[in-house]
Formats: sequence, C-alpha cells, structure tokens
Amino acid sequence: MFERALAGDRKYWGLVVVLLAIVCTGFIAYLWQLKMGLRITGMSRDVSWGFYIAQFTYLVGIAASAVMLVLPYYLHNYKAFGRITILGEFLAVAAVSMCVMFILVDLGKPMRVLNVLLHPTPNSVLFWDMVVLSGYFLLNIVIGWTVLEAEKNTAPPPSWVKPLIYLSIPWAPCIHIVTAFLYAGLPGRGFWLTAIMAPRFLVSAFASGPALLILLAMILKKFTKFDAGTKPIQTLATIVTYCIIINVLFVFFEVFTVFYSQIPEHMRHFEYLFAGIAGYGKLVPWMWVSMIGMITASILLVIPAVRRNHATLALACVMVIVTTWIDKGLGLITGGFVPNPFDRITEYWPTTLELLISAGVWAAGFLILTILYKIAVSIKEELG
Amino acid sequence: MKTVDEKTVTMNRRKFLEITGVSTIVGLLGGWGLVELLAPGELEATYLPKKEALVAKRWAMLIDMKKITEQSAKKCITVCHRIHNVPDVGDPKREIKWIWLEHFANAFPGDEHEHMPERIEEERFFVMCNHCDNPPCVRVCPTKATWQRGDGIIMMDQHRCIGCRYCMAACPFGARGFNWGDYRFLIKDRNPEYPTREKGVVEKCNFCAERLAKGRIPACVEESEGAMVFGDLMDSQSELRKIMREQYTIRRKPYLGTNPQVYYMV
Repeated sequence: MFERALAGDRKYWGLVVVLLAIVCTGFIAYLWQLKMGLRITGMSRDVSWGFYIAQFTYLVGIAASAVMLVLPYYLHNYKAFGRITILGEFLAVAAVSMCVMFILVDLGKPMRVLNVLLHPTPNSVLFWDMVVLSGYFLLNIVIGWTVLEAEKNTAPPPSWVKPLIYLSIPWAPCIHIVTAFLYAGLPGRGFWLTAIMAPRFLVSAFASGPALLILLAMILKKFTKFDAGTKPIQTLATIVTYCIIINVLFVFFEVFTVFYSQIPEHMRHFEYLFAGIAGYGKLVPWMWVSMIGMITASILLVIPAVRRNHATLALACVMVIVTTWIDKGLGLITGGFVPNPFDRITEYWPTTLELLISAGVWAAGFLILTILYKIAVSIKEELG
Repeated sequence: MKTVDEKTVTMNRRKFLEITGVSTIVGLLGGWGLVELLAPGELEATYLPKKEALVAKRWAMLIDMKKITEQSAKKCITVCHRIHNVPDVGDPKREIKWIWLEHFANAFPGDEHEHMPERIEEERFFVMCNHCDNPPCVRVCPTKATWQRGDGIIMMDQHRCIGCRYCMAACPFGARGFNWGDYRFLIKDRNPEYPTREKGVVEKCNFCAERLAKGRIPACVEESEGAMVFGDLMDSQSELRKIMREQYTIRRKPYLGTNPQVYYMV
C-alpha cells in the first residue's frame, strides 16, 4: 500500500517538500541544542518545562480524539463515520509521533531515553505515559493499516483486528488521563493540583481533535476526490459544540473553587495568568484571547445555521483549535511554574531556536499525516 | 515450480527470523530470571559501609538561625559549592546551587505575617534539599536515577538521569538544579575527590554522603561552628533529639506531607 505515497501530483510533492524543508531546519536547530544543551531554550531553574512539554500535552489530546470517530462507529454502529474512522486513526498516529518527538527534544540526555525501559519504575507516571502512548501508537497504526488494506482488497477486515479496535476505545481516554496525572499529582504546584485536570484535558481534547478532523476533511474535499460527506461533519460539529461548552464550564468550576476558597497557593497562578503579578504578565493577553475566544466559539457553535454553513463552521473550528492550544500549549505549563515554590516570579518565553525545533517536530508530524492520508485517500479514490 | 520454491524459501527465512528473535528474548529473560530465582538480588550490586563511616537509621539536620550570621552562612555555602564542584553560573535563571539563603517569606511562604519581629523578617534562612521522608522527586523519577537510601538520604545518579526534569516539577522546595549547558568549564578550582556533572542532568544537595562514608559530618555543619546539628533522628540519645525535645522547631511546608528532614529554630 505504501507505494501510493510515492505517486502523487505536484501539489502533493510540493507539500512534502515544504514540510521536509521545515523538518530539516528544525533538525539543524536540534543539533545545535544537542551541542549547547537546553540553555538555548527559554527554560530556567524555576520554569523547568516549557514549550516542548506543552506541545506534547496538547498533542496527546489530539491523538486521544480519534476515539470520537471509532466509538460511535464500532459501539453504536453509526455508519456515517465508517468512511472517516481511518482519518481519526492516522491523525492519532501522527499526533503520538509528535508527542514522542517533543519528549525526546525536551530531554537533557536523549541518548539515555531507553533507561526508562531498562529500569522500569511503576511509581512514576511518566513510565505509565510511555506505556500508554506506545501502546496507543501501535493500536492505531495496526488497526488503521489493516482495515484500510482490507478495504483495498474489498474484503472484510481480519477477525483478529476487532478485539484490538475494542481495546483502542478505552485506551484513548487513558492516554490523556495519564498525561493529566503527570501534573495533577504533584504537591506544591497549586495550579495543577486539581481533580478536574483529567476531565478538562479530555473535553478540551474532544473539542480540539474533532475540530481539526473537520478542517482536515474539508481540506481533503477541496484538494482530492475524497468527500467525507455532510453527515459525519455535522455529527463531529455537534461533538465539538458539546465538548467546548463543557470545557468552558470546567474552567468556571476551577475558577470558582480557587477564588471562593481564597487559598493563595491556588489563586496566585490564576492571578499571574489573567492579571499579571507585579508587572509580570507576558501571558495575560493570550489567556484572555483564549477564554473570550472559547466562549465566543461555544456561542457560535450552538447556532445551527453556523454549524450548517461550512465556511462559518470552519471559522468556529479554527477558533476552538487556537483557543484550546493557547490554554494547554502555552498557559498550562508556564502557569503551573509561576510563581515558583519561593513565591517569586520568573517568566518564561520560548526562544527562536526553541520555536524552530518545535516547528520541525510539528512539520514531521504533518509529514507523517500527509503520507498516511495520501495512502488512505488514494485507496478511497480508487474504490470510488 | 519456481514460484513455489521462492515461497518456501521466504517462509523459511521468516520462520528462521521468528525463531531466532523469540529465542533471543527468551534466553535473555530466562537467564536473568534464573539468576534472580537461584540467588535473588545477586545481580544488583551490594553495598556495605566501611568501618569508619558514619551511619544512622534516619539522618536529619537542625539549623539554629539565631547562631547564624550572614558571614558564617556565606562560608558554609562557599565550602559546600567548592568541595562538590558546583559551578558559579552567574545567571540566576540557570544557576546551580546546593545550599543558599532565602528570606523567611520565601522559604516559608504563607507562614509570614505583617507583624513579625524585624529580625526574622530580615533574616535570611538556609535552604537546601530537605531529604524528605516521603519524597515526591523519587516518586516521579522514571528511571530511579534519584532514590532514597535506607538512612533517608535522597541520592542522585547522574549517570542514569535522562534529564526529563520531572523531579524539578515535583519538588515543592525548588531544591533541584539542572545543567542547562556544559557548566564544567565554570568550575574554578576543581576538587578531584568529587565528580563533576555533564550538561543535561539534574543535581542537588546530597547531605555530603561522600563525607559520611569517610566518617565526616556534612561540610556545612562542620563550617557552621555549632549553628547546624546533623544527627540520627531515630536515636533518642542523639544531640539532635536532645535539642528537639527542648526547643520548638519548624519545617518548610510540612502540610504537603513530604515530611522534610531539615528542621529550623528561629
């Protein structure tokens, strides 16, 4: 099947070349980081995780959202999703690949990463995150590939793949729950020490992931002969609507508990993110854009006419993706580290090199996605 | 006929690879398992302290802030950083420090109030790794590169650390530092008795484990001229316990449940 990725029109190759160029730039920047150490990033003693870990966290959500296609199709026999489950599964594969790359570029000693396997440590949430992420990667690539191959041969998928599909359904939320536990179980980090972290991760993931899938389906319709159809897009839009509203609600729950209780160790982080402390407030405009945008998107999506019109739906989806990205990919990690354990402010902002490396990882992920989608779409086109 | 042959050959080759692969795994696991079964723990290195070593059931430290002046504190810090090859990075954002000074409001956030004695408000407190009895850093480390010894000391294996910095996120005391770059060349006069660290690993105070092994108390305690006491918390006859019986001591953020083992007299 892979040969289908090697034959394409000029637009396909153009995209591949552009992505490869970004990957190469990012890789060169990474070689420099390997030589110089992580001091080329904006991270510090106080903000010891930054942009890389934040991207990782956001992308785990994107990966988990594949279940929003798989579950209705396989458990509720919702046929409309049959044509596009492959898009969800391959998006999950690309997203998990990015997650792994973001973890790798964040390590001070990447050449020692196999120590995690050599000295397995079940009390570390990071160990479990490795287990669930690699499992999820394998499940999705095996399921996606096998089902697509069967479709190509116009034969039913082999029977052994069914149990794997059922396993992949509870596995998907697990990857994001475990990722939330990375943060939510640390004493002394008031911003993260909240039981709503995992639920909030899940709903923001199930809003942003399907929103991205809607956009991807629209792009595929524009540039290829593959049309996902109106019905699945509308169902996805409903999922996005419910999840983004619940996410806004969860933010409100968190804000209520933090500010009604008035416990400084929990309030200070919100103060830093949304108002700034003592003149330090690099993230303040971003956080307000995120919150206002998220609420606006929720209101827009509730209106049926907005959802039905593909142009306005696309706009709402972009808003959901951007606002949830600011929330998780920018505010969540830095907000947890500021103020530091000494109640002091050290701000964080990614450096150009850090952003180049991140762009390289994103491009590598989208390259994987492009190739996988090319294979899937070619086969779907051949079948008509 | 030819196609059939080719097919048989590929099948054989595949089968061969399967068998070698599986038997390698079984061999490795089985070999290791057999040793573990016949002589449990023998594959792990065993460690016995030398005769001259100082030993305790639970090491702990007591700092009498009334006896510490800014000058004597600086001496302790300098000695610690010199003997442990702690580099002088200069940049407070990326510096490494094993022991340093913080104001009361920063060392004990939430415990300060507006009407405290000026002496305490202005005084700067020694802070370092608390060698917690319930250490979150050890709990989160994915490689056991940081671990707790039987006597309570939290150790770091800089050869195993992958530099994920999860321990730094987990530590509620900001005790851990990361080698953001190659800091070795910043060490002015290098102590050949103690290793230096590469870029990309985490480090922190080790309660002078290397000195205890040679029968010497931690360097800061030695240098503090009686302001710091180091001893066995489990030994009711130790000087540490004697002082604790008579004086009220406080700890940093005890409500987090990490059970820190550095006690302060203010």
